[in-house]
Amino acid sequence: MFDNLSLLGLAPVFNIQLLLDGLFIGAIFALAAYGLALVWGVMNVKNLAQGDFVIMGGYIAYSLAELGIHPIFGLPVAVVVMFAFGWAVYVLVIRRVIDRDLFTSLLATFGIAIVVQQTLNLIYGPEVKIAESGFAIRSALDNQLTVADIKLVSFAMAAALAIAVVIFMKRSRMGQAIRATAQDPRAAKIMGIDTDRVYAFTFSLNAAICGAAGVLIAMIWVIQPFYGITHSIRSFVIVTAAGFGNLPGVIIAGLGLGVAEQYSGFVMGAEFQQATVVGLLVAVLVWRQIQQSRIRQVVQ
Amino acid sequence: MTAQQRQFLLYGLILLGGIAAPFVFPNYTFQIAVLWVMILFALTWDIMGGQMGYNSLGNIFFFGAGMYACAVIQIGLYYNVGEYTSAYGAVRVDFTPGQYYLGLVLGILASAVISAVFAVIFGWIVFGLRGPYFAIGTLGVAIAAGELVGAWDWLGGGSGISMPTYPGEPDARANLFYFLCFGSAVATFLFLRILYATRFKLAINAIRDDEAKAEAMGVHTLRYKIIAWSIAAFFLGISGAIYGNMSGFIEPLEVAFPTVTFGIFMVLMALLGGKGTLWGPVLGATLFHVIKEVTWTHLLGWQWVALGLLIIINVVYFQQGLLGWAQEKWPEAFGIRVDEDSSTANREQRSAAE
Repeated sequence: MFDNLSLLGLAPVFNIQLLLDGLFIGAIFALAAYGLALVWGVMNVKNLAQGDFVIMGGYIAYSLAELGIHPIFGLPVAVVVMFAFGWAVYVLVIRRVIDRDLFTSLLATFGIAIVVQQTLNLIYGPEVKIAESGFAIRSALDNQLTVADIKLVSFAMAAALAIAVVIFMKRSRMGQAIRATAQDPRAAKIMGIDTDRVYAFTFSLNAAICGAAGVLIAMIWVIQPFYGITHSIRSFVIVTAAGFGNLPGVIIAGLGLGVAEQYSGFVMGAEFQQATVVGLLVAVLVWRQIQQSRIRQVVQ
Repeated sequence: MTAQQRQFLLYGLILLGGIAAPFVFPNYTFQIAVLWVMILFALTWDIMGGQMGYNSLGNIFFFGAGMYACAVIQIGLYYNVGEYTSAYGAVRVDFTPGQYYLGLVLGILASAVISAVFAVIFGWIVFGLRGPYFAIGTLGVAIAAGELVGAWDWLGGGSGISMPTYPGEPDARANLFYFLCFGSAVATFLFLRILYATRFKLAINAIRDDEAKAEAMGVHTLRYKIIAWSIAAFFLGISGAIYGNMSGFIEPLEVAFPTVTFGIFMVLMALLGGKGTLWGPVLGATLFHVIKEVTWTHLLGWQWVALGLLIIINVVYFQQGLLGWAQEKWPEAFGIRVDEDSSTANREQRSAAE
């Protein structure tokens, strides 16, 4: 089971490789998790369809690549399409569950997740797909270390997107309205903010962020209709570990999760990768619980 | 006819129908047996989800755990489990009737106990989690279990285990497992009926309505939560053991831990019939299973999309379920006395809240 563990000590360069790959993929996890934190913090909706939105974005890039358009141009397309899709989902479903109890929104988004993944499965089939970028692969240290150019590009794009979203939230009128609604929806309403529109925008923005993350995933990794649930769980792990409204925390947790997954995949074998994510989820939840019980004792 | 007589008549008819079903419709024995399994699923989910307000998405874990526990015991009593599973059913291993029945009975009993023990262990871990964390945490446990068993070669890994072959005629086998499914569902129902007439129901309902207040009133919430989950796990373990033997072949992702099929069906069936009622899950399961069996094959792959849509519509537009809706419409028929003034006051209050 731990066959490769000794290899890590013998060839330190593997560590660098795993670390780099982990950081590249982790940046995208952090992006999707930031979207979840946004919706969770502002609307108090736990979106279990998060990962399926990501995969949907990936299939948009894949379809464009099939048509002969470079998948990088899929990014703006995915952002626009997913924004519209997010708005439609909000109007049809989310608006009606927003003030209901927590499980209602959880189960409703789970239903959305099933609809999305099964529809993708019917259209594209269950095979693993990749959106070929056709970029070169660099190597260093006598070919022991390889870095695909597309990974560097996607890392830069993820960072640029994150910065754009942060600036948007800080500077624009809509961003301010979103933050005001997150603080106190009633007060925001009294101040003349159309909270329903803010919610719709927040949810659509989240879908657009997920779509962009999906395009990057499709270029540097693989997509498959049923991988969505794992991406959702990843987002939950990151947000639960970091706490929402904590952007640096989300970035660190996202990068950390990426690295942890690469290591466990290398040491224990690829079949344990999903189990690692879920195991981390349980670990994070338990850790939070211990933390909370300590707070409760202090209060007592 | 008094209400009690009517109730006895209803129970009698269901029992009679259940016993006669495999002889009247011999071609559908398997489907009707699965119907009883579904009823058991919905009933056990409702202990937590409906009566206690803890919505678990991972109850299917206990089903799979029971299934594997039973398989290991049935095989392990007479053979080396590792050798048996690594043969992938290619080597035919015969069990004598005595060995088979002893293994089956011991397996079913042990799987129930093992599942309940798992519930106690996980209960300590996850019951500090509230609301959505609980749902996601349990979902995570169920998915992880499927993945881990799939990577565990001693249990056959992803290629599964072929269960011991039944020493007898196929018809006798079908009937045996039919009656095991039927019996386990009836036992679950009767047990819950008795249980829901005790203090236990009041305690778990109090947890659902306001856990902090219940705790302040002296209800030992953690103990009640763990007991409730163990009861659900106990019966799910039994049904897992029976279902594994009935299908003859078990495998981690599709049969033992099918999170997105059976795992979601149980939630949906309880919601469809009306959660938090005794008859709601039974009604919901029957309706869902019949509709599913009739329409499923005609939908040509779109059935899963339809399932997702059904969940959304059910949750968003019709959350009280069939029985909940009926209770609102004809409260007198359910023995709920409605005070005219208070009901209008309630309605006003509700509309004000909206």
